[in-house]
Amino acid sequence: MFDLDLWKEILSALKKNRLRSFMTAFGVFWGIFMLIVMSGAGRALENGVMDGLKAFATNSAFFWTEPTSKPYEGFQRGRRWNYKNKDIEYIRENVKDIQYLSPKLFGPETNSGDNTIRGKKTGAFNITGDYPDFYKIDPWTPIKGRLINEIDILHKRKVCIIGERVAEVMFEKEEDPIGEYLKINGVYFQVVGVVHPETRMNFNGNRKTESIMIPFSTMQQTYNMGDVVHFFAVTSVAGVPVSQVEARLKELLKARHHVAPDDVQAVGSFNIEVEWVKYQGLFSGIQILTWIVGIGTLLAGVIGVSNIMLVIIKERTQEIGIQRAIGATPGNVIMHIVAESVFLTVIAGYIGLSLGIGLLELANMALTSGTANPDDVFFKRPEVSFQMAVGALSVLVVSGVIAGLIPARRAVSIKPIDALRDEGI
Amino acid sequence: MISLSNVHKSYAMGSSKLHVLKGIDLHIGQGEFVSIMGSSGSGKSTLLNILGILDNYDEGAYHLNGKLIKNMSEKQAAQLRNEMLGFVFQSFNLISFKNAMENVALPLYYQGVNRKKRNKIALEYLDKMGLLPWANHLPSEMSGGQKQRVAIARSLISKPKIIFADEPTGALDSATSFEVMDILQDINKEGITLIIVTHEHDIAAMTQKIIRLHDGKIAEILENGELKDWKHQYKRELEIA
Repeated sequence: MFDLDLWKEILSALKKNRLRSFMTAFGVFWGIFMLIVMSGAGRALENGVMDGLKAFATNSAFFWTEPTSKPYEGFQRGRRWNYKNKDIEYIRENVKDIQYLSPKLFGPETNSGDNTIRGKKTGAFNITGDYPDFYKIDPWTPIKGRLINEIDILHKRKVCIIGERVAEVMFEKEEDPIGEYLKINGVYFQVVGVVHPETRMNFNGNRKTESIMIPFSTMQQTYNMGDVVHFFAVTSVAGVPVSQVEARLKELLKARHHVAPDDVQAVGSFNIEVEWVKYQGLFSGIQILTWIVGIGTLLAGVIGVSNIMLVIIKERTQEIGIQRAIGATPGNVIMHIVAESVFLTVIAGYIGLSLGIGLLELANMALTSGTANPDDVFFKRPEVSFQMAVGALSVLVVSGVIAGLIPARRAVSIKPIDALRDEGI
Repeated sequence: MISLSNVHKSYAMGSSKLHVLKGIDLHIGQGEFVSIMGSSGSGKSTLLNILGILDNYDEGAYHLNGKLIKNMSEKQAAQLRNEMLGFVFQSFNLISFKNAMENVALPLYYQGVNRKKRNKIALEYLDKMGLLPWANHLPSEMSGGQKQRVAIARSLISKPKIIFADEPTGALDSATSFEVMDILQDINKEGITLIIVTHEHDIAAMTQKIIRLHDGKIAEILENGELKDWKHQYKRELEIA
């Protein structure tokens, strides 16, 4: 129902006190603006960080070796040791809760000058020996060609897949790397894939796009590594926390390699699940904080509206008295005041909402049009959900009603005769 | 039409009580034109407010049109005022940001009459008051007499049975006062009961019945026939004073 008189009165009442109406509305505007901008920024940080993680298997753990810290079974402390090929079979047979097990080798002389040569082009890249299962834990997408497969492992093929950056450095733009050869640490490998990393998780510090991956078995044989394994990546089956697998595996590995069971240093490990939970806690914390601060600011604005409505009613006591003398019911009066308050709150809130979202859109445009590599940006897609916007608007309407009801009840509690007498003469 | 029996009213003034009306018995019939007089503090405004259901009373009984008016909810009172009663005030009490037509139409707004219809009716009433050319003027652009005529039009628009006027000429000069009184007399001739509060004897003399209040009680009631005598007596009082 559109009541022209009601709106005329509301508008004229607000117009009479432009500055005051503006200042009041500004409180609400600022509250909702801050809520939206803060929430959007929090979300952007979350998107930025989580995008680099989310493709990663969150139920994964990683193991490497460190020098022992305790003497055990005749060995001195400080002994350097390695996992062996036999451990792979043993783990597969004895730990049931493992979904994927992927051993990994780090190539010789990594980072010690250029290790990759093709004609006149040279480069220093991370060389790793991998199993196909590794791509189930840390996903890579082939842009061209394929990933490493089981047949590569079986036949110890001299093939490699290269990161995007490697393709840029080692090949001309118009060249197709597939089928070409790279000399890696003195041995030729045929390129069978150009790949793009889906996550930002990294094990040896350099940029992931500068990786060259060759079959695990090929690396062991070609570079005379014997039966050494540098690294295990493991995921647990669904429903089993990876921490459980992690503990069991450490126990087994220590027992097989003459490491003291209470040596906490010898088996290095990293559990993504734990980190993931930490991150999620952090971001829900940020969102909660945003709401607390936002609602607090909003509340201050709403109290401002309520305060102003009290003043307006004080000023218009006589007018309300007249209206009641000529037949306005208390319901009419309350309706009028509440409508005025809701109007002020919602208009101000809506402007705040629009400007807040507008600012986030601008920030988004600036971020996406920027020249920076999108994979390096930790601040992505600042946004607020539709639910959030609807939620904020409902909070506004409700708070507008409350802000109006308090002064309205006061206005009605004054008897019409007292209101009429309040003539200020 | 109006029947009061033994009505008492007191106001709490801090810790003490101010007993304003001390047992009023009064009957006013339909179509009467009555003025209430009395010195300030005699309770005349209080009486008018109780009659107009703007205020409640402590003791006694007030029957309006045969209906007992007591302990009414604000909503009932507002509806009754809207249907039965019209008010004219000393300070006009027009709403400053509404023009003459909108002010007159306001009681119909509370009755739920649509905008077009109520504005049309308002224009008719303004025409009766000779204010049609002023329909779109704000109260601040009109003279006192004009404002009071707008207020009278507003009190008439809901076709009330009774109109209450609290010092309707109090803020007007004597020439305008008489104009306003002429209008009120015309209204009375149409059968509407009129009750005015005034402290001006010549205004009171233009009504049919004068109720003189003294110290919260009715001191005397002068009927139409006695008015000439009363005027005479009043002049003598003036001379003595």
